[in-house]
Amino acid sequence: MTAIYEPAPAILPLTLENMGYSAGGVPLLSGVTLRIPAGRRLIVMGANGAGKSLFLRLCHGLIDPTAGRRLWATGAARAEAQAMVFQRPVLLRRTAAANLEYPLALKGIPPHPRRESVERAMARFGLSALADRPARLLSGGEQQRLALARAWVMRPQILFLDEPTSALDPSATRMIEEMVMQFSDDGITLVMSTHNLGQARRLAQDVAFLHRGQLLEHQTAETFFAGPQTPEARAFLAGDLVW
Amino acid sequence: MDGALGIALGLIASGDPALMQIIMLSLRVTLAAVAIACAIGLPLGAALALSRFPGRGAVIVVFNALMGLPPGVAGLLVYLLLSRSGPLGGLALLFTPTAMILAQTVLILPIVVSLTRSVVEDLWAEYREQLLSLGAGRWRAVPTLLWDGRVSLLTGVLAGFGRASAEVGAVLIVGGNIAGHTRTMTTAITLETSRGNLGLAVALGIILLALTLMLNAAAWGAGQWARERLG
Ligand SMILES: Nc1ncnc2c1ncn2[C@@H]1O[C@H](COP(=O)(O)OP(=O)(O)OP(=O)(O)O)[C@@H](O)[C@H]1O
Ligand SMILES: [Mg+2]
Repeated sequence: MTAIYEPAPAILPLTLENMGYSAGGVPLLSGVTLRIPAGRRLIVMGANGAGKSLFLRLCHGLIDPTAGRRLWATGAARAEAQAMVFQRPVLLRRTAAANLEYPLALKGIPPHPRRESVERAMARFGLSALADRPARLLSGGEQQRLALARAWVMRPQILFLDEPTSALDPSATRMIEEMVMQFSDDGITLVMSTHNLGQARRLAQDVAFLHRGQLLEHQTAETFFAGPQTPEARAFLAGDLVW
Repeated sequence: MDGALGIALGLIASGDPALMQIIMLSLRVTLAAVAIACAIGLPLGAALALSRFPGRGAVIVVFNALMGLPPGVAGLLVYLLLSRSGPLGGLALLFTPTAMILAQTVLILPIVVSLTRSVVEDLWAEYREQLLSLGAGRWRAVPTLLWDGRVSLLTGVLAGFGRASAEVGAVLIVGGNIAGHTRTMTTAITLETSRGNLGLAVALGIILLALTLMLNAAAWGAGQWARERLG
């Protein structure tokens, strides 16, 4: 099943110009210059604390850069047609189906088409049997699938995923990866962070490597995995802990 | 004492009209006060939680302090407001149930505001980025946060109900304890006890205790139910 998109203005590419972010005078991310074209899968890699989550939150517009610029193709600083799946998604204290209805209601979509979208998304993500269950009582894997389904009903042009499988077992991880690939097959641009090397190899078309708040590498996945240019990235790939 | 208890149970069992009238008036006044305090306090508390303005800390401290406002002082305040020479004296509301509702609202409002502020503030810290991501701005998030905090909020509202139904001072001052008109359970207990009419006082005491028990059972049950059903 493919999604039918409303003719929305294309928000991609996303251009980051010398983007930086500091909190309390401490630079946490600096000098990030990067272009994210439509239709690609960009994997953001780096050790714990490298700035992956910060990078995604900045791109998504949850926080604003304190230096440099973030520019969507529409010229806006914050674009509508985006969604994000968080490292720890917040599900509302209501049923699984109601969690999917919520963003649609915010967009002002009337109840009838809203419910149809929700049912389709539930079926697509294998959640139909769980529709009436309280979302907070679902298992970790089910909650993550619900978070993906919620992103899906929003019909984003670009989806940000922050280590969506970091708390899941291998089979749940596989399932999420397959679903992520389906987003990509439908033409949705993906930006996903992970420090799981296997996962990065399976999903990446492009790689951005962050180290202590700096973007050290940005290449196609092939080039990156064949031979990273910086010693930090080489050490990261070799599995040495990088600080 | 035995005699009083016997009379009390007799009054309750027979559904004594004077007793029933007092109970109904008390409930009406307190429920109305709770409803008004919620209508004002829930949005106000949520707004206080989500807004940042100079003096916000002071406002929060004042509301927290007002939770301990002595009922007598609240009564006096409303009395001064409604007395013939007061700013609202023209409305002739003193010694009416409306005045009692107003006084009790003043008592409950700080509880509802403070509790809502703290519940919504905590939830907002947890939900903020997710809700922004889903397309809910700060103000659109208010109903969502109130709804997701409903169980904690309900506990607070019940505490407010408990405070209002138990207090004597405020309703006595602004209501005047007029038989058949502004006599509530607590003011009646005070009066009947001083008159030595223990039967009616004990009957009202039993009803008040039962009401408090029921409220607490309801609050506890709601909490349990929510934990099991909503996570
Ligand atoms: N608001 C903030 N104030 C101060 N420091 C912050 C803030 N947000 C993030 N940081 C710091 O910025 C650094 C990067 O954080 P970030 O969450 O982006 O790392 P990450 O790469 O996602 O790590 P992980 O793999 O553990 O999720 C960390 O050292 C973190 O402590
Ligand atoms: Mg992170």
